[in-house]
This record gives sequence, structure tokens and C-alpha cells, in this order.
Amino acid sequence: MSGTYLGMPAFPKAAAVSTQQPTLRGNLTHATHTIREKRARAVGELADWSRLRAAGAAIKKRTLRHLDRYLEQVEERVTAAGGTVHWARDAAEAQRLVIDLVRATGESEVVKVKSMATQEIELNNALEEAGISAYETDLAELIVQLGDDLPSHILVPAIHRNRAEVRDIFRRQMGRWGRPAPEGLTEDPAELAEAARLHLREKFLKARVGISGANFVVADTGTLCVVESEGNGRMCLTLPETLISVVGIEKVVPSWQDLEVFLQLLPRSSTAERMNPYTSTWTGTTDEDGPREFHLVLLDNGRTDTLADTVGRQALRCIRCSACLNVCPVYERAGGHAYGSPYPGPIGAILTPQLRGTGTELDASLPYASSLCGACYEVCPVAIDIPEVLVHLRERVVEGGPATVRGQRTTLRPASGHAAERAAMRAATWALDHPGALRAGQRLAARSRRLVPRRLPGPGAGWTRSRDIPDIPPESFRDWWRRERGAGTADGPTGGEHGSDGSERGKGGAV
Amino acid sequence: MSAREEVLGRIRRALADVPPDERPADVPVTRDYLPEHTDPDPEAAAALLAENLADYRAVVHRVTAGQLPGCIARLLAGRGSRRIVVPRGLPEHWLSGVAPGVERLADAPELTHRDLDAVDSVVTGAAVAIAETGTVVLDASADQGSRRITLVPDHHICVVRVPEQVVTSVPRALERLDARRPLTWISGPSATSDIELERVEGVHGPRLLEVVLVTGTEPPGESGEVGAAGRAEEVGAAGGAGEAGERQEGAHDR
Amino acid sequence: MRVALFVTCVNDTLYPRTGQAVVTLLERLGVDVDFPEGQTCCGQPQFNTGYRHATEPLVHRYARAFEGYDHIVVPSGSCAAMVRDNYPRIGAKAEREGRGTELSEIAADVVPRTWELTEFLVDVLGVTDVGAWFPHTVTYHPTCHGLRMLGLGERPRKLLEQVRGLELKELPQAEECCGFGGTFAVKNAAVSTEMGLDKARHIEETGARAVCTVDNSCLMHIGGTLSRQGAEARPVHLAEILASTEEHPYGGLS
Repeated sequence: MSGTYLGMPAFPKAAAVSTQQPTLRGNLTHATHTIREKRARAVGELADWSRLRAAGAAIKKRTLRHLDRYLEQVEERVTAAGGTVHWARDAAEAQRLVIDLVRATGESEVVKVKSMATQEIELNNALEEAGISAYETDLAELIVQLGDDLPSHILVPAIHRNRAEVRDIFRRQMGRWGRPAPEGLTEDPAELAEAARLHLREKFLKARVGISGANFVVADTGTLCVVESEGNGRMCLTLPETLISVVGIEKVVPSWQDLEVFLQLLPRSSTAERMNPYTSTWTGTTDEDGPREFHLVLLDNGRTDTLADTVGRQALRCIRCSACLNVCPVYERAGGHAYGSPYPGPIGAILTPQLRGTGTELDASLPYASSLCGACYEVCPVAIDIPEVLVHLRERVVEGGPATVRGQRTTLRPASGHAAERAAMRAATWALDHPGALRAGQRLAARSRRLVPRRLPGPGAGWTRSRDIPDIPPESFRDWWRRERGAGTADGPTGGEHGSDGSERGKGGAV
Repeated sequence: MSAREEVLGRIRRALADVPPDERPADVPVTRDYLPEHTDPDPEAAAALLAENLADYRAVVHRVTAGQLPGCIARLLAGRGSRRIVVPRGLPEHWLSGVAPGVERLADAPELTHRDLDAVDSVVTGAAVAIAETGTVVLDASADQGSRRITLVPDHHICVVRVPEQVVTSVPRALERLDARRPLTWISGPSATSDIELERVEGVHGPRLLEVVLVTGTEPPGESGEVGAAGRAEEVGAAGGAGEAGERQEGAHDR
Repeated sequence: MRVALFVTCVNDTLYPRTGQAVVTLLERLGVDVDFPEGQTCCGQPQFNTGYRHATEPLVHRYARAFEGYDHIVVPSGSCAAMVRDNYPRIGAKAEREGRGTELSEIAADVVPRTWELTEFLVDVLGVTDVGAWFPHTVTYHPTCHGLRMLGLGERPRKLLEQVRGLELKELPQAEECCGFGGTFAVKNAAVSTEMGLDKARHIEETGARAVCTVDNSCLMHIGGTLSRQGAEARPVHLAEILASTEEHPYGGLS
């Protein structure tokens, strides 16, 4: 029915495969470059963008530092407005809650609005095992579901598919789920959208249970907010008799006024529009309008562990706009699936290893899925310093150290597979902390410079497979300086001799 | 321990670095962003609203109060609408020019979703409209009805009173809106860019959104001269009503 | 004014001509520049790979080596950014680990004195015309750490525009990363290679004889890719262009 992320290979391996798939590369390059430019124009329209961004970051910071209080407020206001609030420690608990709520309605079919939280907890698979059919209604999610595929982008989950592939999936699969694709369906996007409209309208009109996430939950009013484009969200939020919203605990914003910041930041960062076609807000239930029953499931699933990390905490500010994916040169070439999680790209590389931990080879490889170019930080509407968190998580991988896992403080051991690298890094630091050793290494390299092969063995092979290595100069800068200017000051003009500068015993190379 | 207690306990332990006496207001939020990005003059705001609505493929009409009934009648006729749904509090005279053969359904709980699916058009008012973003906001007041009536039919005519319902910006709109009411913010017709990021208008929501900006007030009962007031000015989007209409025809053929 | 050159380990070992060019350039501008031999490496490779604790001895070393100098000039955007952005983080983390404020104090001491070369020229010396002559076509690639971490902005371009004989060619998609990224180039060699190939292609599209940056690490990757592709363009550090004069022209392109 839909794929799973279990057992996927480490990022470099999966990414290497993607780089050799021309169709995928073409689809991704076209899409990300298109939206990148549109976003720049949409953001450029607002002279106060940097101030909105700072306000967005500050509001989220305030929320996170007082999250317990705001969640209690959400619970009180939603309950007062006729909703029911549930709490889930992890994915399994959230799945169980939703299954029980659906069963209580006596229904065996639900319609779903695209929701990152329900992808994260792999709700569709759990519902299927419980005998409940979940229909994804966002066009891209429908493409992914019908294609027995996995989403590869936060905003446009089927970005890895081109129109011809979509047409083939629709022709092949729609009939098995409901109304088949129209005869003679072409690959024109307007026709494909029309086929989805007809196919899904059947589902909407008879659906009695809807499942959604939320972009924002306003604490002081108990209001939920869903931002969308197609109208499938409105269908799922208003036509069923029962609505179940699964929402990460970090989606809270303190006040109704705060939406004035996020409803400006999100559309321009995400779809690059002044405003997305539809935004729905609702507070509990309303007589004679929309669902009669409303359930809010507040999901932890690793968020409190992330909150406990004072550097990594900022990842919880994320409003899932996907601007960081669209500017990321690594995402563009690796594709979303290589990240092995519903959260691909730069934000995924810092979110997944915090939500799931760094225990698997895949999750431990994610913080390294970046050249640290910083383009993601630059476009992030809530100023998450993604490179800072990436490096912080690399430290967790190779050095281990204190972390919180399922609510328990613990000391992580370094991930396996880094022993050789750790030894090399320590040797390098030793050599670099002894300028004499550095000099000796440089001289050794210079003497043997003609012997360096064009293709290096071992870890260096990754370099020389596609790149030449520079010629090693006959003389290092420090030897040139000493020859030209005489022995200078070993340390600063006022500093004395420190370390083991005079030692020539070291044989550690610097490079 | 309940999940609630456990999650809240985890949060409190995770926030050990936050001083116990810190209050939310102690975390500074500087709101030095602009309350609006555009000229607050009502006429300028209305013009910008029209421009931005049209930019996102809504079809915009500007009329005086006296022209409104004629305009609505003409838009329904132009679409060939035979059955419409109407909020219970819609000013009666807005529809005074509608041809007698057009069936009117009232927004009521008895109406099934399938009944609504057989409706051609819906006519509503609005709560507020935002010029900078080209957005109309519905708040389910009596002249707007329940959320589903503006969702299931394929053609939505939304009347916005100028200048009193037009604001410049998102912050100005939120000030006016009541969070306790279910709100629907609409910026152009339903759309998707899910296939190769190529924008397609019209997926699940109404594929044709017509916004009528009406200026001036007129007491009810004096609006009988339907069609006599002449053609309303149309600030149309490229390929507005005609193209969407044709697309719908095509859909029915299949 | 006591000015020290922090040549960086990469330049020291692999690109001594860049260090020599900085000395030539600064002396031509009347700056007496010193090379404290206690210097080695800023610790960036260790830190960015996750070995923060292995970085700390190099932070101490940097502080000792450059003690007493008014300014530390670095011909590398990423090494300057390492000091400026990451030394304070290393200090803050050591404090949180209960290891005192020494590293934070080091950071507070060295950060304001550390300048990337073009910052030193433009902001401290106040020059953009350094009297250089470089009769070649050049395209400029703004390296990520220079562009986004240091915020070098127009400084390198302003310097290049004043170089006599130099014709600047616009680099398509200039702000996209070249794919080096330190250990990224080896850990994710496939993606790094693809990024490098695209950068090389864009450089070749300009037809420029030389591609110039403020960072030899990126140039090692770009140059290695260009060379493997058999391309004409050659990598040249900005300092070597600025050091070049009619009397002592740059000799690397002949």
C-alpha cells in the first residue's frame, strides 16, 4: 500500500545511486530551480522580511521555552470548544489512538489531508493492518500512494515523478482504489489533476472520518490552522462527521496575533505565493458547520528529546515550508528518498537524527549529508541555523556524549565505524599541535612529491576518482618564510615558546 | 503514568536550562515588522485587491450597489447555472435579478453533500478581504453560510463591500477576525503545482472564483432595475470565466 | 600596527604561493606583516567532522601563536569563518561542560582581530585599488563560507574591478556551492563530484582563463575537477591576482 523507511541504506550509498539516474536528476533540477527563483521574488516583495523572520524565530523560541504551559492551554481551550485532546508518547501510541477513534465511529475508510506527522508515524500502514483504508487526497500524496512509493519532498512529495510517470500510475492504479482514470488520459497536468478530482470526489462525498495534521495550533484560542492549495484539505476538514488531527507538540504558537507573522512567512517560503489558495482555521466544533466530533492527538515521538538538546532544539521551530530543500545542492542531486525519512533535505538531516536517534547507519550518516554551504540557513523563515545543528549532531555521532532518549537522560557512545577516522583526526591534531612535526611532514611530502599516484588508494580514492590532486610544492610556506625572512617568532611577539615546536621527531603528515 | 503526564514531565525536564521564574513574556518578541506594506487609502487598497485576486486567477468585477443584482444575475447566466445554493442571511435583493427558473437551495443541515455536488453555483458575502495577498476571508456568518457550501460547488461568486471590508494586510485582517468562528481564507481558485511544479487551477475546490467588489450602499427594495445599470467593469484574469467554463464542459463530456 | 599572517595549513602545505602573494601584497601596501611560526591549523577539519574536543588544542595554539598582534589576516574564507563563528561555540560548549571560561575568553580575544584578506584590505586598510595588473579573463566564485558565514558581500568584486587588465566574467549560478565541503568531498564523494562537475561546467561557460576565489580548499576541488575534465580554466586565489603587477606578473597562466 505504501512504502516504509525501514532498512534503507546509509545516505552516501543511496545518494550515489540517485546521482546516476538522469530522469530523477532532471525532474529535481527543473523543479527546485523553478521554485527557488519564485521564492526569491515572493520574499523580495516584502521590505520587512528579515524582521518577520526574526519575529517568527522569537515566537517559536518563546513557545518552546514554555511549551508545557502552552500545551495545557491548548488542551483547555480545545476542550472548552467541544474538542477532545489526546496525548501520544510515540508513534505506536498515536497509531493506537487513531485506530481506536476510527473504530469507535464504525467506519473502515478515512480520507486524509497531507500531513507530515502522520507520515512520520507511518499511520497509513498501521490503519491498513487494522483493516482501515486511508485515502490520501493531496494530489502528490495520491500519486505516491497509488504508485506504492514514498514521498520525497515536504511540499511536493511526488517531485521525483514527471508527468508521464504520473499518467502511467493513474492509468494502472486508480481503478483498483475507486473511480478509474478517464479513457485516453494524457500527460497534460490539467488533465491529470482533473482525473484526481473525479477520483477523489467520490471519496469526499461519502467520507465520514477525516484525518489531518495542522500547520499551527493557537494556544490562547485553541484554534487549529491548515494551509493548503487544492481544496482537499477543506474537504477533509469540513465534510466528515469526525475529524482527527494528529499534531506534533511543537506546532503551537502562543497567540492569535502570532499568525500574522507565520501566515506571511509560510506561503512565500513554501509555494512562493503571496498567499496559498486556501487556509482553514477552526476551534473545536461548530453547530451545523463541519464535523460534529473533533479529536486532537498531541504527538511527542522524539520531540521532547529534541527539546532537551539546547543546540538541537531550534529544529523544532520548523514550519515545514521546504525552502531549505529547494535551495540545497545536495538534496537536488541526491533526491528525497536518500534521506530515509518523510523529512528530507537539510531540515531532515537535523530532524530525523534527533527524532529517531543516531542508532542506525542511515540516521548516523544524515548529519554528514551536507557540504555546510549554509544556503538552507539563509532561506529558513524561522532562522534555524541548520549548519550549526549538523555539526553538533556530527559530534554526537563520532564523540557520543549526553543526550535524551525517550525521555531518559543518557550518555551515548560514539557510533561504530568511525574508529579509523577518529585515530586519524587525533593524529592530525597531534601533528598540528606540533609545528615541528608539521614541518617535518611537509618536507617529507615535498621530497616524495613526484611519487604521489594520480589515483589514491583507501579513503583518498573518493577524491581522485573524479578530481586530480594538486601538485605538492617543493617548499612549504613556512620553509620559504624561514629561508627568506630568517627564523621568525615562534609564537606571538609577546608570547614565549609553547608546545613542542622544536621537535623534529614527529612523522605525522598534515594533509 | 498517563501519556499526558509523561509528555509534560519530559518537557519540564527538557527545559531544565530555563530559569524557573522565567515567564513567556520574558522571552523577547520584537514586532518591528510592518503592519501593512501598501497604501492604506481605501481606493488604492481596493485596486490592489483586484489586481492580486486577478493575478491568482480569480475573476474580479467592480460594481456599484445598484449594479450588484444585475451583475450576479449575469454571472450566473453566463455560467449557465440552473441550481444555486444560498446562505440563509444573504441580502435578498442581491438575488433579485436572478432568472425565475434558477432553483435556489438554502444552506441547511438537511442538504446532503451529494445535493451540494449537484449545485452549479454559490453566492456569498465575505468577512474581510486582504489587498496585499489577494485574499477573501469567510467566517461562516449568516451571509456566508457553512463552510461546505463554498467548497463543493464548482463556481463561487463572492461579494466584498468596498471599502469597509477591505484591509491592506494580513495583520490588519487578523485584528478583525474572530478566532472562535471557523474561517476560510481564499486566494484565487483551488490550485496545484504537484506535477512538475506546473500550476493547474482547479482541483477540488471551486474552479471558478468570481469576486464582486461592490461600492456604495443601497437600501433594499430599490434594486429592481436589473440589467439596466449596464455592464459592470471586469478586471478579469487572463482566460477567466470562459476558459474555466470550457474546461468544465470537457470534464462533463468524459 | 602589528599584523600577522595566518596562512592556514592548506596554503602552508599545498599553496605556498598564496601565502607569498599575501606577504607581497601587504608589504606593497605598506603593511609590515609577520608570520608567527607557532601557527598551524584553525581546527576546521576536525570541528566540522564532529571532533570538537580534538579541535580544542588548536584553538589554544591559535591564541598563543597570535598573541599580541593587532590584526590576524587569513587568506581563506572558511578558516576565518571557523574562528569567528565556531571558536565562540567551542567556548560556550566547554563552559556548559563545566570546564571554565578559558576557551570563551580566547574566542572573545581572537574573533575581533581575525580578518579574511578582503575584509582586511577593504575594512581595515580602506583600499580597493591595490595597484594590481592581471591581463586575463577571470570569473569569480563566491565561496559559501565567505558569502554566507562571513558576509563578504561585494568586497572581493570591488577589489577585482580595480585590477588593471582584468576582465571579469559573470559566473552562472555563482552562489551555488562547488561541492567541496571538507570531509564531505570524500564522505559523499558522488554528490560532491556532481556538484563539482556542474560548477566546472558553469566556469567553462564563461570562457574565462581563470577562476578565482578567496579559498584554496574550494579551488583544490574546483581545480581538480577542471583538470580531470581537461578544461582550459585554471584556479587562482584572489591574493595571487591582487599581488600581480606589471613588474612582477603572475606566472601561473603562461
